[in-house]
Amino acid sequence: MSTPLSLSGLDLPRRNGELAFDAPWQSTVFALAAAVVEHSFAGDREPFRQQLIKAVAAEPGRPYWESWTAALEALVQTLPGPGPAAVSGG
Amino acid sequence: MSADGHHPAPMSPVEQRVAALEALLTERGLVPEGFIDEITRRYESEIGPMNGAKVVARAWVDPGYKRRLLAEGAAAIAELGFGGAEGEHMVVVENTPAVHNVIVCTLCSCYPWPVLGLPPAWYKDPPYRARMVREPRALLAEMGCQLPGDAEIRVWDSSAEVRYLVLPERPAGTEGMTEAQLAGLVTRDSMIGVARL
Repeated sequence: MSTPLSLSGLDLPRRNGELAFDAPWQSTVFALAAAVVEHSFAGDREPFRQQLIKAVAAEPGRPYWESWTAALEALVQTLPGPGPAAVSGG
Repeated sequence: MSADGHHPAPMSPVEQRVAALEALLTERGLVPEGFIDEITRRYESEIGPMNGAKVVARAWVDPGYKRRLLAEGAAAIAELGFGGAEGEHMVVVENTPAVHNVIVCTLCSCYPWPVLGLPPAWYKDPPYRARMVREPRALLAEMGCQLPGDAEIRVWDSSAEVRYLVLPERPAGTEGMTEAQLAGLVTRDSMIGVARL
């Protein structure tokens, strides 16, 4: 058993872990995926999860949130309407 | 980036891609005003391992709750007010002196968000995802989790729907502690199964 811990930090989710996000773009792309799942897929996360599995498998060494970004780009491509054409800058 | 903001760092390629996604999705009306800030705030300050710690502590002090938790994870977790994305189908697996449980997602990064928050970096990395299935005992030892040689290790791979949470053993010598004090002992890693208390 470890030594008793102070309870003062109990309500911080990162008390015994790292921050959820390292940079603002990571929390942004996380929230964007949540928005798409909620509004375009009625809360069904499986289509996004399948894209994430593909993105992780395609480049296993790629930083996680970059794979997340690639997965969201791919998912958005499946939505009706124009895709993120401006992403590559041309 | 400089402190005075006169020379902001240029956006990296991935930051540009995320900005483009944000612009596109905002234009389509999929991102309500304040949505990103609200989600970020929630996952940075409300949703995290302290929720799981409360679930574990309740199970330690309340045998009836523990039975419900092991039988119907999501429903029992909802009794404490936790639920939502990635927590609809929860299976809670109990550690005993003879059985040690550990969770992994071999394909991506499935994780029980409502009780543990977002996964740590190592959980999402290829070495953990591959090795926890192939050589759990060696990997656990490398992570500082030494198990008795005769303990059975059960590795739970998160599937399309099911998310797992490990119920660690209650440490000896904690009989006089309150539920809140017990919750303070429970670590994130012990609920993933890569540490013992």
